[in-house]
Amino acid sequence: MENINIIIPEITLFLGICLALMVGVFFRNSFSIVMKLSILILLGVIYLILTDWGGEQKIFLNSFKNDTFSDYFKILILVSSIFIFFSSDQFIKDKTLNKFEYPIIIMFSILGMFFMLSANDLILFYLGLELQSLALYVLASIDRDNTISSEAGIKYFVLSALSSGLLLYGCSLLYGFTGSTNFDEIGVSLITQNTGAIFAMVFILVGLAFKVSAVPFHMWTPDVYQGAPTSITNFFAVVPKAAGLAVIIRFMDLPFKNIIEEWQTIIIFISIASMILGSVAAIGQTNIKRLLAYSSISHMGYALAGVATGTVSGYTSTIIYITIYVVMNMGTFACLYLMKTEGKYSEKIEDLSGISKERPMLAFSFLILFFSLAGIPPLGGFFAKFFVFMSVIESEMYALAIIGLLTTVISAFYYLKVIKIIYFDDNKVKFDDVRNLSIKATIFLSCLFLSLYFISPSIIGSLLNELFI
Amino acid sequence: MDFPILSTIIFLPLLGALFIFISNKKNESSSAIYISIFTSMANLLLTFFLWYSFDKSFAGFQFIEEKNWISGLIKFKLGIDGISILFIVLTAFITPICIVSCIISVKKRLNEFLIAILILETFMIGVFCSLDLIIFYLFFEAGLIPMFLIIGIWGGPRKIYSAYKFFLFTLLGSVLMLAAIIFIYWAVGTTDYTEIYKLKIAKEYQYLLWLAFFSSFAVKTPMWPVHTWLPDAHVEAPTAGSVILAAILLKMAGYGFLRFSLGMFPIASEFFTPLVFALSIIAIIYTSLVALMQDDMKKLIAYSSVAHMGFVTLGIFTFNKQGIEGSMFQMISHGIISAALFLCVGVLYDRTGSRMIKSFGGVVNYLPNFSLIFIIFVLGALGLPGTTGFIGEFLVLLGAFKINYLVAILASTGVVLCAAYMLWMAKRVVFGNTNNTIVTKLKDINYLEATILIALCLVSIIFGFYPEPLLDTMNISVNGIIQNHQNELTVNLINK
Repeated sequence: MENINIIIPEITLFLGICLALMVGVFFRNSFSIVMKLSILILLGVIYLILTDWGGEQKIFLNSFKNDTFSDYFKILILVSSIFIFFSSDQFIKDKTLNKFEYPIIIMFSILGMFFMLSANDLILFYLGLELQSLALYVLASIDRDNTISSEAGIKYFVLSALSSGLLLYGCSLLYGFTGSTNFDEIGVSLITQNTGAIFAMVFILVGLAFKVSAVPFHMWTPDVYQGAPTSITNFFAVVPKAAGLAVIIRFMDLPFKNIIEEWQTIIIFISIASMILGSVAAIGQTNIKRLLAYSSISHMGYALAGVATGTVSGYTSTIIYITIYVVMNMGTFACLYLMKTEGKYSEKIEDLSGISKERPMLAFSFLILFFSLAGIPPLGGFFAKFFVFMSVIESEMYALAIIGLLTTVISAFYYLKVIKIIYFDDNKVKFDDVRNLSIKATIFLSCLFLSLYFISPSIIGSLLNELFI
Repeated sequence: MDFPILSTIIFLPLLGALFIFISNKKNESSSAIYISIFTSMANLLLTFFLWYSFDKSFAGFQFIEEKNWISGLIKFKLGIDGISILFIVLTAFITPICIVSCIISVKKRLNEFLIAILILETFMIGVFCSLDLIIFYLFFEAGLIPMFLIIGIWGGPRKIYSAYKFFLFTLLGSVLMLAAIIFIYWAVGTTDYTEIYKLKIAKEYQYLLWLAFFSSFAVKTPMWPVHTWLPDAHVEAPTAGSVILAAILLKMAGYGFLRFSLGMFPIASEFFTPLVFALSIIAIIYTSLVALMQDDMKKLIAYSSVAHMGFVTLGIFTFNKQGIEGSMFQMISHGIISAALFLCVGVLYDRTGSRMIKSFGGVVNYLPNFSLIFIIFVLGALGLPGTTGFIGEFLVLLGAFKINYLVAILASTGVVLCAAYMLWMAKRVVFGNTNNTIVTKLKDINYLEATILIALCLVSIIFGFYPEPLLDTMNISVNGIIQNHQNELTVNLINK
């Protein structure tokens, strides 16, 4: 009998989902019960992961692997999902999205990500990815009476299905040329002379780049960010991005570890293209969710710059980057839930005009979050970029570092634009007084983390010490 | 372990800002005023105590504080020498003056202004205390945020353009410095300045690294041709913002040249001296000519700042005692005199809403006390003996004559031009006929304004006649810099 302990969090999550589904079906108006139950389930799963933290173990013919790396990302995903549940509660009710399916679908996509993260085998990986993606298609169009939301869902579905197809094609090529679906075995037999397998690597990278919305596979991002309800955009901006980056690191570290030079070129290109496009295209945006979409594209560029080094310190810097990115986005989206005028949620940047007089605290939160997104010291966002550039320069990739640093100046321009609108312009729109503790707590925690991060910047790094062996 | 006095001085203003933030009430600022004056004065006393207990005969860094910061990579290291202590005292001295000037002239959102100034003080003192390049960068860049807000929220009509220009120019210069700092970390193995000073950076790297640091400091100084942000920022910033900008933020760059460019890249500094001289001479002559033609008083003083900072960079790169001590003196003197001139313009602006030279005239008939002080500072700015301005310029020119006659002669024309635009402005504003009826109804300076202006005036005159305390404090550290520079050059020559 194999040691089944290591898959207990996944089993618990799955059983929890089934339970929540039953509760949802058999109770009337069950949204708030299911929501609370889901939060409890997620907390329980966090507890289970923490009790069995770390230690590399494999089961099911080495196709399922659990180590510190996957544990860390699972915790990150769970914690951010719980915060999303908490902070978006009010928003969902206001938008009448309060159907019990909502938390359940999110949990299904989390389950898919868990399998993606723990997969040590192409088949299991692909199954996890598809479970995640299917749940995300539904989520994008969950506001089904809204044409923009439905359009976003369709767009995402069509493009994502295409990329999944490419990815699957890559997987099958990889199997064909290496004779195995197991990551460890592929890693051994995949060498530079194996030209066919390098084709497979390209296809897989394309599929994964699509999932993290890196240029040139980013086209869906602005439309989906804008179309989907804000709470779903919040989820899209944070959770699948973290999981996608984790999987990219996993692929580069394990099956593709012997063909570093081949994939490095691709990642460098993707990274530079994302940084440049993300910063330039965001300048003209008037919708704040679209702006955040382009901002996330450029952030993915920086995160991928860490991956591009192909070194342990580079991977670690990417993980630090994505963690801080998650915190920044949680705070920023929570601020969007407070942009409400006469009961309607506003998404226009100009509606923020001069809110610093009426709402000094909200304005101050935006200030910290946006300067942090721009990477200005001493806020958290600076350290995220700092660690990435540390490892990039360590690997002597000077061009990448210089381009990256210069694009931070360009991207500072549009973050400053929002700050300018908030602080320098005159007040136009009066926001409703939203009294919701969970939204404010999310913003507060996120701002506190970002502004106090400078006290001990190595705190995340020290958690990750034993990540890669 | 000793009392961590440097950390206290750095973080005390931040604490004050936090208190104001917590006790913040709408339309009520008396508590904020008391807290801010109290913290800034307390900080001033602490820095005086620091200066008093500073050992002037010790060549290295003193009051060193060290903490593990980024584990295994970077230490949070603070320390001061004879050069940085003067800037710390200057910062702590200028901040209360700014706060008083805010209280006089800022009408809207005073609490937030005071918070911004106190946070800025933390960052500025941090810049001068840090002995680690990363910490230095952190404080150097962080100052952008409060200054951006000060220009943008409380500024004049073109505030948004100016705030953007200020922020993006400085950031663009600085990111290259960040790349250079990270490169130094991997090339030398540390970013601790005292370690790098001992370990030395290989010659072949020095040139590019020097240029990267130069890009940041040249923008901040500002040197021609990247000085264009300064007149805009000065004109649009509120009085207190201009004062901080001119008195301290510009000095960070001079300090950076002196400490980092000279200390870490002696060979490259020697190599690029002609470049710095050329740019400094252009700055001195060209911006003086531009200043002649200005009809906005703030713009005129801003251009004169560029010219004065040209003297500073010129002096630093002479690599001799007179030159470097002269630039140090020039920086401190400019910090006091330009701050005072901006305050004087602020006094007129508060009363009339205009900064144009042509809307004044004959001010001396209606504001005699103000005119007296204003004229003292105008004379100080053009380097009249007996004020700090004279000693700074004189020493710089002395240092320049030692190494290059042409440069020195060209720079000397700047002194004449400076006298021309300053006196011409004074003539048109203070003397002559009054052609604007508003001027006839003005009241003379009140007692708060008089206090801060007289304080600045006294400092300028006392150190103008008796510069010993300042020169004494920096003497050994400046000698150390020159010594190190010459040693490096000799080693380099032998290797050739």
